[in-house]
Amino acid sequence: MQKIYAILVDGTVYFSWLFIVSMGLTLTYGVMKILNIAHGSFYALGAYAAASAVGAWFAGNLPAAGSFVLLVLAGIVVGGGAGLIVERGLLRPMYGRDEIVLVLVTYAAFLVIEDLIKLVWGVDPYFAYQPYNLLGRTSIGGIDFAVYDLGLFALAVVIGVATWWALERTRSGKMLRAVIHDREIATAMGIDVARVFTATFVIGATLGALGGAITAPAISVVPGIGVDVIVLAFAVSVIGGLGSVAGAAVGALVVGLARACAVHFLPEVELFVIYGVMAVVLAVRPQGLFGRLAARKI
Amino acid sequence: MRTVPALACVLAALLVAGPLMPSWLVFLLTVAIAKGLVVLGLVVMMRAGLVSFGQGLYYGLGAYAAGLAANRLGVGDAIALVAIGGSVSALLGYLLGFMMARYREIFFAMLSLALSMILYGTLVRSAALGSTDGFNLPPPSFLGFAFDAQDGRILVYALTVVVAIGTAMALHRFVSSPAGVIGQAIQANEIRVEYLGASVAGVLHLTYVVGAAAAGVGGALIAIAAGHIDPDLAYWTTSGEFVFVAVLSGTGHVAAPLLGMAVFEAIRSFAFQYSPYTWQMAVGLSMLAVILFLPAGLWSLFTRRRRPGSAG
Amino acid sequence: MTSIVRNVGFGIAFACAASAALPAGAQQPGSVKLGIVTFLSGAAAGPFGVPARNAAELTIEALNAGKLPAPYDKKGINGLPIEMAIVDEAGGTTKQVTEYRNLVERQKVDAVIGYISSGDCLAIAPLADELKALTIFFDCGTPRIFEERSHKYLFRTGAHATMDNVAAARYLVARNKDIKSIAGINQNYAWGQDSWGDFKASMLALKPDAKVLTEQFPKLGAGQYGAEVSALLVEKPDVVHSSFWGGDLEAFVLQGKARGLFEGRTVVLTAGETAMFRLATQVPAGTVIGARGPHGVFAPDNALNKWFRAAYAERYGAPPVYPSYKMVQALFGLKLAMEKAAGGKPDKPATDAVITAFEGLSYETPSGRVDMALGKGHQAIQDMAYGTFKFDAAKGGAQLVDVVRYPAACVNPPEGVKSEAWIKSGFAGAKC
Repeated sequence: MQKIYAILVDGTVYFSWLFIVSMGLTLTYGVMKILNIAHGSFYALGAYAAASAVGAWFAGNLPAAGSFVLLVLAGIVVGGGAGLIVERGLLRPMYGRDEIVLVLVTYAAFLVIEDLIKLVWGVDPYFAYQPYNLLGRTSIGGIDFAVYDLGLFALAVVIGVATWWALERTRSGKMLRAVIHDREIATAMGIDVARVFTATFVIGATLGALGGAITAPAISVVPGIGVDVIVLAFAVSVIGGLGSVAGAAVGALVVGLARACAVHFLPEVELFVIYGVMAVVLAVRPQGLFGRLAARKI
Repeated sequence: MRTVPALACVLAALLVAGPLMPSWLVFLLTVAIAKGLVVLGLVVMMRAGLVSFGQGLYYGLGAYAAGLAANRLGVGDAIALVAIGGSVSALLGYLLGFMMARYREIFFAMLSLALSMILYGTLVRSAALGSTDGFNLPPPSFLGFAFDAQDGRILVYALTVVVAIGTAMALHRFVSSPAGVIGQAIQANEIRVEYLGASVAGVLHLTYVVGAAAAGVGGALIAIAAGHIDPDLAYWTTSGEFVFVAVLSGTGHVAAPLLGMAVFEAIRSFAFQYSPYTWQMAVGLSMLAVILFLPAGLWSLFTRRRRPGSAG
Repeated sequence: MTSIVRNVGFGIAFACAASAALPAGAQQPGSVKLGIVTFLSGAAAGPFGVPARNAAELTIEALNAGKLPAPYDKKGINGLPIEMAIVDEAGGTTKQVTEYRNLVERQKVDAVIGYISSGDCLAIAPLADELKALTIFFDCGTPRIFEERSHKYLFRTGAHATMDNVAAARYLVARNKDIKSIAGINQNYAWGQDSWGDFKASMLALKPDAKVLTEQFPKLGAGQYGAEVSALLVEKPDVVHSSFWGGDLEAFVLQGKARGLFEGRTVVLTAGETAMFRLATQVPAGTVIGARGPHGVFAPDNALNKWFRAAYAERYGAPPVYPSYKMVQALFGLKLAMEKAAGGKPDKPATDAVITAFEGLSYETPSGRVDMALGKGHQAIQDMAYGTFKFDAAKGGAQLVDVVRYPAACVNPPEGVKSEAWIKSGFAGAKC
């Protein structure tokens, strides 16, 4: 019985992390139709920036409560800045080229940013454990969990609701959804697609960096943390249906619970779980759980 | 038809140059051309609109098939090992192709990635196959004769070059054959192809098998050349590298991927030696330079002076 | 047709010319050129690759200046200055095979010292004999190198990983006779799988009734262990074993500590030494920590160690960790072997003479004595040590107390016996 509680909580915590990290990617793909390989770099940048900022904050003996705000701010500032530079500097001159070329550009950007991170921060690890420890632990079903991890769930909900509201209820959100649905008609309707692209990419990068920033307190920030995030975020996005926020949420939840089950019952298959889920979902519903079947154009 | 004799000349030139080149260069070219063969198969698939982020599945499978044949079944002949690698991959490609031919675009890409990662996971879990450490292959024999290390290198190089250019010639015929041309049509507009009476699924299935076979052969060649295989061959970053080199090379000519891979490996070696602490950035910047200045891929460096409209 | 031939010809010529035009680092006559291969990028750079590289740089400079105590006081190697060509170990085994060939055949180094990853070691091992290039593995852990076949041109100056886990089992059982259950959390690749396999077999050899409650294998680099820690907390083992290293180790310590995983049980971190200092305030007291040999805080207080610790800390701002010690061992072993082979003459000795001199060599290093006793004189053995962590601000922070040393012959298999079989046999022939 304790295992069931543990699986539910673990699944939820992992879901929160996956959701925050994948949302930016699914939006970027939905709008721009490019696989943004540099999403992993934004995650890493967010983590490094947050770790440095929090380290400096506590070295300066500033009030501990502020460090949480600092984490979020660090992620947003770094993600927004880097996203803007990459989109304006690298991607914009290449629009109109084949999508796969744009993917290659994001991969080149990923390589460059990896080494830039190494040049700026070096290869030694960075820590920001103070916020993680500050919140202490709590017992659920007889097992202790870090309150910080549970707090991630609240954050994921906030981000999810905020994004949903922005997409459904604001004018810019509706324009974004129009571009996701049909880029040509949206242009014909007078939507400035280039602006939408920039905005989407920057939001995606910011969400990626935010994911890294809030994860930093629980981990050791080292070179290479961005690499596997890419494939995880893609897998979740594809499972849920690209371009769909609800899809990202459901996809993340399915993967989170599946992985928690695997770890508790059959740890040997943990490596396969996400790919197995992806293969099964695609076999049964090729466009993803919430994906829209694209109208076939004759 | 001009391409095939041209490729034959290039083959002859490479074979003659082999013994004259320094040994490290022979090895570098062997690896580059074997991997270029995988990219070649991928380019043929991309012409039909199938961008696979999981060629590592067949690349790794071909390498492991060759490795297991060499170690467990005692197959020593290099040509036999290559044939085994290619056939096993082609067979799996044929079986998976029934499912894979139904998917397009990003879903095809992600599903192929998922399958390659499932193979990766299986190999990592397998202690008998050495897990992530992999295992070594004994030096191969050629047509029944064993050779010492130095001659063996040249022969592996020769085998790789012959197989790769031979495959390039064959694929040149393939892309101008009905299957190849219909593949291009499918990428442009699938529904019209169906209306015209051609079988989209059939052509895509065939193209998929071709890509799988090429990757399997490339994997077996790498296994023989490097003498070592490990699950990294099936990892998604390996597959991604093939895709990127494919885009860099361009789809202008069947020899383009081979050349593109050779240039990419040279750039990486250059970067490793000259900026060991920032080689990733060097490679990334070179890729951006190529994308920016050579929009049609590396091959266009050589075709700019050709008359517009002439076929490759 | 002409244009295609010309174009492809240009292409190949370009590739050849570009590679050949790289000044292949023409070697200065009268110097010993060493190729050093270690991780300069990726997750392994911080904990292993860069400390090893730093140690190489520091030691080579000190050797060239002739500033070291005997028997390493001769300048350079046999009076000839040492040059270093460094290569990043990243990129996978095929890339490393290519780079190894470049080092040996293009840059024409006199010896290659390197390799942290066991996969790379296994791939490079046959090449050393094929290219007749003197090669020294300084760190990789797999026992397979000399247990599967013998090599002439290859040496390994660091002990392999079997002793890490055998000694860990002995240490734990000695401290707590009442161990009833064990569990493991290791990275899902050969290192993690082999470490856990050796530890499990060793524990079961020492305590056949112990139960294995759960065996977790998260992906290398996962960084987030929420579910795994939960699984361990649910099962409540007496002992948790982990061979984690680098960012994974540090994340595991932070997350485990926050959730009380370390309380009421013993956690053994076989590669824990590299994280011990950086996370000094976060490592829970009572954690059993290893350094893959008598390195770092386990090292003796000899003249060589005094020099090494002071010089390294002064130059790089942190105490040296075990990869640094192992790199120094490799350089010292090579130097002694080459000087012994030269027999007083001022030139570079022939490789065959160096090999004969190196086989079975016993020499002193900052970590104590290294004996090339296994693999027909090509594989080193060393003592092993484990300690328990304690934070003592008065003594400078991270400390290891209750240190137990295990002599080399106790925790290494005898010559000719495979590690796995030796453990299963209950350590037949061990001299403790």
